[in-house]
Amino acid sequence: MSSLPRDAVSAVALPAAPAGAVGARASREPGRLLPYLQSLPLWLVMGGFLLLPIAAIVVVSFWDDQDYALVPAFIFDNYRDAFSSSVTWSTYLSTLRYTAIVWAATLAIGFTAAYYLAFHVRSMLWQMVLFQICAIPFLTSNVIRMISWIPFLGRNGLLNRALIGLGLTDHPFEFLLFSPFAVCLAFVHLYTLFMMVPIFNTMMRIDRSLIEAARDGGAGPVAVLRHVVVPLSLPGIAIGTIFVVTLVMGDFVTVQMMSGGQSASVGLLMKNQISLLQYPSAAAQAVVLLLTVLLMVWAILRVVDIRKEL
Amino acid sequence: MDCKSGLTRRGVLKGAAAAGGALAGSGAITGFPTIWAQNIKNITLRQFGTGVSNLNAVAEKCKADTGITLQMTALDSDAVTQRAITQPNSYDIADIEYWICKKVFPRGVLQPMDTKRLKYFDKVVPIFITGKLTPESTIAQGTAPHTVGFVESQTATKFAKAPTRWFTMMPTIYNADTLGIRPDLVGRSITSWRDLADPAFKGRASILNIPSIGIMDAAMMCEAAGVIKYGDKGNMTRAEIDTTIAKLIELKKQGHWRAFWKTFDESVNLMVSGEVVIQSMWSPAVAAVRSKGVKCVYQPLKEGYRAWGGGLGLAKHLKGLELDAAYEYINWYTSGWVGAYLNRQGYYSAVLETAKQYMQPYEWAFWMEGKPAEKDILSPEGKLMEKAGAVRDGGSFYERMGHVACWNAVMDQDKYMVQKWNEFIAA
Repeated sequence: MSSLPRDAVSAVALPAAPAGAVGARASREPGRLLPYLQSLPLWLVMGGFLLLPIAAIVVVSFWDDQDYALVPAFIFDNYRDAFSSSVTWSTYLSTLRYTAIVWAATLAIGFTAAYYLAFHVRSMLWQMVLFQICAIPFLTSNVIRMISWIPFLGRNGLLNRALIGLGLTDHPFEFLLFSPFAVCLAFVHLYTLFMMVPIFNTMMRIDRSLIEAARDGGAGPVAVLRHVVVPLSLPGIAIGTIFVVTLVMGDFVTVQMMSGGQSASVGLLMKNQISLLQYPSAAAQAVVLLLTVLLMVWAILRVVDIRKEL
Repeated sequence: MDCKSGLTRRGVLKGAAAAGGALAGSGAITGFPTIWAQNIKNITLRQFGTGVSNLNAVAEKCKADTGITLQMTALDSDAVTQRAITQPNSYDIADIEYWICKKVFPRGVLQPMDTKRLKYFDKVVPIFITGKLTPESTIAQGTAPHTVGFVESQTATKFAKAPTRWFTMMPTIYNADTLGIRPDLVGRSITSWRDLADPAFKGRASILNIPSIGIMDAAMMCEAAGVIKYGDKGNMTRAEIDTTIAKLIELKKQGHWRAFWKTFDESVNLMVSGEVVIQSMWSPAVAAVRSKGVKCVYQPLKEGYRAWGGGLGLAKHLKGLELDAAYEYINWYTSGWVGAYLNRQGYYSAVLETAKQYMQPYEWAFWMEGKPAEKDILSPEGKLMEKAGAVRDGGSFYERMGHVACWNAVMDQDKYMVQKWNEFIAA
């Protein structure tokens, strides 16, 4: 789970690399080595803490395990097992379903909130104040934010008691907790800000004169939104999407807690394998997951050119 | 290389401990009982295990009695197995369960202990030596502790068929597990493991999601419900595993399970909140639910109990003074104080004779003999556990440990079972 946000960050950070290359060319005369030296710390950190571990995972994914021991080998059994197991497929399906639902919900909420902040709140001060308010829940740990749903949604929880007390229902709604609904709710609660912030950021950069021009040209509010705001917010949407997709795809703790252990996710699948010392199988799953997520990020970047539109 | 760096680290630790001892002044040391060797008093032993017996009170008492400093780490069973095998130099004492021992010991990361150096070996409950509580008892299914209790020689890693001089682990703690119920919410008497699958409890039942233990509870349930009759629940065939998992999945599809729990706290919360009224449970979890003022019964069932046991094993790398200290520690552990502590928590000590000396007669009568409590029963921390007049669920030691149907187990088809279990969770 923890490695995925880093992937997202590196994916976002990638566009910065060519800028560095340009810098290198410009400063060729005085000290050719200087730019390399300057980028050395980053390379060391990335190499030591990102590339090396990933390389190790890839290597181990081809190893064999016998009686809890790792046996160096070059076999494809782990991948064959992963792809031939119905558990893998149904788990990926359920993880992708969570991802799609959570993505749609965070996009709808995140976009609306960002739009309100960027275009309806006029004073800069209030924009900042309201923005900070959105971030306040993040002062607590995400596990606490997640767990606090449990007494609220439970069979004898606050919500069910309130509904029964109001006479709206005579028996508690059980789907509220330990269900896919609860998982999605917790995800949306946890990750909407990751969608909202980049969208808000790009919206704030939109030149207001473009909107005025559109209005002058006779466009109504809907047309302005569709033809001006949304296209210009796409880079923010893309960045937010990358965050949300990678976070949800790699999660295991939210799914386990909110589904009461009844639902599977790819992260959970790996965690189970690791706890049973089946490192090679887990490594193979990790590689498959990494490729899946990279593919999704690649697809997003194909649709939206973050570099060009920033 | 590992070994070398380990020694260096230990050297530093010892130096630090010695300095600390010198600072504390030699006056305090005179208070220690003289039976414990004086030269081991500055040793630090690193113990890790499953949490049930990793108690700070034990570390404190151990320091006071023997001078040995214990560093304790509590992990869940899976993590314990993993660490025991993959990081054998990271611990000195492994506090593990017997089914974990079956996985760990053959890997050569623990060393057999010499029963001649174990002061209380002769007093160990016979379950751990012959497998029989009384000469008439039958041996339960599963990984019975005595089957993984001995090896042939000091260097052997294969388990011996009969008792030898070489012990894999000194047993310390064990218990008989059953279902926990909310008597106020189940609405009828619960008598069989079959009741866990009763449609009356649809959406209000839970089972624990630790495959090697959960499968045993599931097996008890399936056999009681007449779904299948096992050859050996503790060592199922592939077909038996398939049938068991199919039943679990069928129940899951019907919405029978409210949740699956993995940790002690989860099981307590599910019960206290009323999300679940019948589920797999551990003894202290039942006590924890009761301590919150919620009625909870550790219900004896006619098919018998699922038992588990744990002990202390010595890491392979221990030698010299550290090994002496480890033996000293284990002898202290079984000398009664800890045994009484465990008994008062509702577990059982493997050396009952010494534990009895540290318990009040009324405590012994309540915990061990199944008699009504003469006075209020307090936990080792002094919290009220049972009011005067209460009787322990399941009764006496012989009624409970005498009705063990199976032990927590590792099967030959372990890998297949886990794979199928994952299918159940993903279903």
